[in-house]
This record gives sequence, C-alpha cells and structure tokens, in this order.
Amino acid sequence: MEAFKKHIGVVAPLNRANIDTDAIIPKQFLKRIEKRGYGQCLFYDWRFKEDGEEDPDFLLNKEPYRHASILLTKENFGCGSSREHAPWALEDFGFRVIIAPSFADIFYNNCFKNGILPIRLSEGEVNHLFQKTEEIPEYKLTVDLQSNTITDGKGFEKKFEVDAYRRSMLLEGMDEIETTVLHGAKIEEFEKNHKVYYSMQDGGSTFNPAEKKRTI
Amino acid sequence: MGRTLYEKIWNSHVVVEEDAQPDIIYIDLHLIHEVTSPQAFDGLRTENRKVRRPDRTLATMDHAIPTMNRHLPFEDKVAEKQVEALRKNCKDFGIELYDLFSRRQGIVHIIAPELGLTQPGQTIVCGDSHTATHGAFGTLAFGIGTSEVEHVLATQTLKQYKSKTLAVNFNGELPVGVTAKDLILALIGEYGHDFATGYVIEYRGEAIRGLSMEERMTVCNMSIEIGARAGLIAPDDTTFEYLEGKPHAPKGEEWEQAVAEWKQLTSDEDAVFDRSVNFDCEKVEPQVTWGTNPGLVVSVNGSVPDPKEMPKEKQKMAESALQYMDLEPGVNISDIPLDTVFIGSCTNGRIEDLREAARIVNGYKVSEGVRALVVPGSFSVKLQAEEEGLAKIFTDSGFEWRDAGCSMCLGMNPDVAQPGDRIASTSNRNFEGRQGRLSRSHLVSPPMAAAAAIKGHFVDVRDWPIKVREEV
Repeated sequence: MEAFKKHIGVVAPLNRANIDTDAIIPKQFLKRIEKRGYGQCLFYDWRFKEDGEEDPDFLLNKEPYRHASILLTKENFGCGSSREHAPWALEDFGFRVIIAPSFADIFYNNCFKNGILPIRLSEGEVNHLFQKTEEIPEYKLTVDLQSNTITDGKGFEKKFEVDAYRRSMLLEGMDEIETTVLHGAKIEEFEKNHKVYYSMQDGGSTFNPAEKKRTI
Repeated sequence: MGRTLYEKIWNSHVVVEEDAQPDIIYIDLHLIHEVTSPQAFDGLRTENRKVRRPDRTLATMDHAIPTMNRHLPFEDKVAEKQVEALRKNCKDFGIELYDLFSRRQGIVHIIAPELGLTQPGQTIVCGDSHTATHGAFGTLAFGIGTSEVEHVLATQTLKQYKSKTLAVNFNGELPVGVTAKDLILALIGEYGHDFATGYVIEYRGEAIRGLSMEERMTVCNMSIEIGARAGLIAPDDTTFEYLEGKPHAPKGEEWEQAVAEWKQLTSDEDAVFDRSVNFDCEKVEPQVTWGTNPGLVVSVNGSVPDPKEMPKEKQKMAESALQYMDLEPGVNISDIPLDTVFIGSCTNGRIEDLREAARIVNGYKVSEGVRALVVPGSFSVKLQAEEEGLAKIFTDSGFEWRDAGCSMCLGMNPDVAQPGDRIASTSNRNFEGRQGRLSRSHLVSPPMAAAAAIKGHFVDVRDWPIKVREEV
C-alpha cells in the first residue's frame, strides 16, 4: 500500500448526504476478480447516462474535477454494503482524501487499508469548505497527516483527528497482516485454550481430517 | 460492574491487547463467498501465505449466481469466471465449499445458521455487511472488507477497535399481523438509518423473547441499516431448541456442556450500555418504505410524507428521494402500483418467511402485469418449501419459483429490475439503483409483498381474507 504523508489536491464538492457504496460502485462491476481498474466505474450511474454516454452535468465530468483528488461530501458517506470495491474505485479514480461530517463504519475502516485518508470535520467546517469551493475556482487543499492539518493557504487551517494506529498505518503504508503474523505464537496459545463447539465435519467439535466426509 | 453480552464475547476472544492499538481478536468462523474473496486469495498468493484455519472457514456461492437454468453455462461470463475462481481458491487452500449443486448451497447468512455452524458466543465475520444476521444467536458477527477477509484467512484474527454498546429495549408485544421485518423497519424509521454508527446493538425485551430464531435473524440482519456494526440477541431456550440436532451442532455430552456455557451469555443486570433507547412495539403496523434508504418508511395505511413538513436537515434528502421514487407527497401508500415483487434475501428468505407469504397467496392469482419472484434463501429452504407444498402455491398463483441465491436483492445476477420498475421487495436496501438501474424499491415483509403481488398495489395484510388451504 502506498504511504500517505502529505497531499495537495483539487477539491470536488459532492453535495449529497448518505452516499452509499452501491452508488459509489454499482454491483455489476463487482464480478471482476481483480483489485484494480475500478476508477472508470466510480459513481457509474451518476457519471454515465443509460446509453453509456457521459452526463456532462455530473460534477466529476467537469473540469477541474476530473482531476480532483480530495472529495468533499456530506454525512454518512459510504453507508451500506461492505464492498471494498468502493475505496478501490475512489483510489483508482485518483482520490486520496475524503472529507465529510461522518462516515459509515466499514467504509471508514476500508479506506485506511487502501491509502485513502477519510477526515471527519464538523458540519459547520464542511459547509464552510463547500462555500469555499463555490467562491474559489479550482479550490485546493493541503492535507498533512504528519501534522494532522488541513490548510488552503488562504486562511483556512484546521487540525483533524485520526487515531494513532490508523494514522501510523497510512504514514508507513503498513501491511497489517505482516504485523499480526508476528503474534503467531500468541494466536497459537489462544487456540489451545479456546473452545469452539463445531467442526467442518458434522456433529460438534470432534474433528478428524482423516474421517472427514459429508453426510449429504 | 457487570458486563454486557458484547463485552463478554469480546473479552473471551481477545488474543493480544496493546496500548494505543486495536485489539487482535480471534475469529471462530469465517464465511466466504465469490464476490468479496478473490482479491484476498490473490493477496495470500502474492505474499506466499496460507489459510491459517481452513477448518474454521466455509465457502458458498450466492451473490452473482443465476437462480434458474443452473445446468447451463452462465449467461454472464464474468460472473462465471468469479465462481470458478472461488472453486479454485477453495481447492488450492483446502476450504469446504458448498458449490452450486450442493444441497447445502445458499445465501451465506442462511446456510450457516441452518447447518448449526452459527452458535452462541462465537465471533463470525464475512465480507458482507449483513453478517450481523448471526447475532440472533448471541454471536458477535459483522461484515468486513476484502483486506480484512485476507487478514482473517492468513491469521484467523482481526485487528479491531471495540465498539460502543447500544441497548434497544422493545417494550410490549408485537401486534398480531405485524412481523419482525415491520419491527426493525419501524425502529430504523424512528431513529434514522445512521443512528447506530459506531455501536453494537443488543436487542432486548419481551417482544424479542417472543420471536422465533428466524424472526430474530430478520431483526439482526438489518442492524447495518441503522448503521450498527453488529446486532445481538442473548441466547435462550428458543435458541437452544433451534440448534439442537442441526448437522454441525454438538451432540450428547458436548451439547450439555455447550448449553451450560451459552446460558451465561446474557448482559449482567448491572451492566451499563453506552446508550439505551426504548421502543414501543404495540404501535407498530405493517411498514412500507417510500424513499431511498431504509429509514424512510411509513405504515401501510399512511401516505407519502411531505418533505416540507420534515425537519429542515432532512428536507433535501427527502425531496431527492421522492424525485427518484417518482412519488408525490400525500399519495396513499396503498395507491402505489407495482411492477415487480421479490420475495427472498438473507433478510426474508427462510422457510417461515415463505410459509407466511404462501398463506396470503394461497388460492389467489398474481395481479396482471406484475412479475413476481420467490427466491428461497437456501437449497434446503427450497426443498422444504417444495415438500410442504408451498412452491406449488406460489407457482399456481403465478409466481416464478427459483433456485437459492441473493438474486434481486442486489441484482448482481440476471434477476435485475428494469429502469422505472417499482418493486415490493422483502430485502434490506432500497438505495437508488440497488435492484437495477433506475428501479424503485419498496421494502416490506413477506406477507405484505405477497399481498401486493396479488393486488398489484400495497394492502394491509391484517385485513387479508386468508383462504383455507387444502391438505397437501
């Protein structure tokens, strides 16, 4: 995963609350088995008309937002399905930062695994930024994760909060699995004392791979 | 101080606790399906990692598979390739797979409980947001992304922050003719669909104790639709009766030992929740959603609300929902005409759901011009419904009777609603385009969907003239 330290980019103001992951990436694109290439499917039903032509009225089909890398939006962004294709599509399109008053749980978590920084700001601050994007053409923000600040170089400066663990994950581009694997001995120890009352063989926990067979 | 059920399950699964870090918690059962797993297996291969506990992992295919003509090659070659990838991944990594023709195939959240794999006190994860369904057993179950699927495959653990706890106390009894689906929709309607973000809910109260396991699963299933990470119901005799004799449930002495342990899985009387709400069940009527999230819901005898009469912060959302849904404020819910009816999904695709729907449908014909589908949640539900004569009731009245899968709940397979179609659906999400581009979804219970199929518009099932069924 690409590390995230500091990012400067154009802000795309997507003024809508409760944008769900079905809207971020519709289901027909979830059948692919690859991890990349979803940027072209991002917000598909909004970006493209029924005949597949671009809808010129949609924000991301306009300049300079085609090249935006900071998404500004409203509350409860990323609600619904757990599909990680949503952050994959946002990242592949070019977004590295998402600013909103609130995010849905699973989506928020998924962002950090894909080099995207989701930032929660107050509703007032988010509204203020929306106004700035209206007033200033090609409005840009600088997001510095090392100092936890957002600035526009024009008077707006704001500290944001992100917990220390997720922050270091992004700063270092950390492979989370690698760090957990280091606890392998503890996992093994835990398993020795942890009772589970099933096995993949029918009838409780007595598991003998040699006898493994299905009844149906 | 006492502990909540959530804290009890959490504490018994903590493997590593470190300062300023999320805990590493152990996962007892990992369920996987074709859509959110291929990239995780690729990740394992790239890093040369194994699946740590294939014996704690179960796979099936449900999301993108056809629900008819399964003996033929898939029409959708991309979906076929995904299904083949799952077969290969399960074979390469030694994971049990209930494949397309297995009698145990079905929607992942339906098969694990019916096989007795879902048990009280466990932690269960799956790359699917409706994993909270399993919480009905007093099981901490939640949806995860593909990176976390890979993490669980590799380590059988997850790095997780503990959630806050929310007690939802249902007061009073559920009125006759009102279902578990109406109860959870009414709750989401009252509090809004992001109310419980950051929380794990414990559903409590007499009304919950009176629900069957399948009804409890319907309630827990929709926890994510109110924003919660998971939903829990403490296990009781209903739970144990359901589990006893299920294929994977423990037997004999081990069963006794397990039940004794499971009986401890309740929130202590002096346990403190971060937040509590009380919800009066007696006022709940059959529900119908009118908007584009599950919280935009009214009673069947109500009308489409006027955004102007809503709190200011909700007006814009409601206006855009009405525009998408092509509805005018003030229209009676019962006057909304329908094109499609879908009965199925992990919310309402179990045998009791089909029984309830068939009871309404029996002796009637589907309204002209309405396309009506019943998609059983699992192969086993399908077989049972056929045995009980339910399938015949559905087909006699003009419903299509399909093989098990997620189907039109999310429209990933060929069961897609057409642009402009108005659907009465027993599924869980009415988001824009969810069931098909530009399609309009109204979420309801199975009997409400069944009655709507017959009438071609919504009706209050409490007034439905049930025709007595001849013995099969």
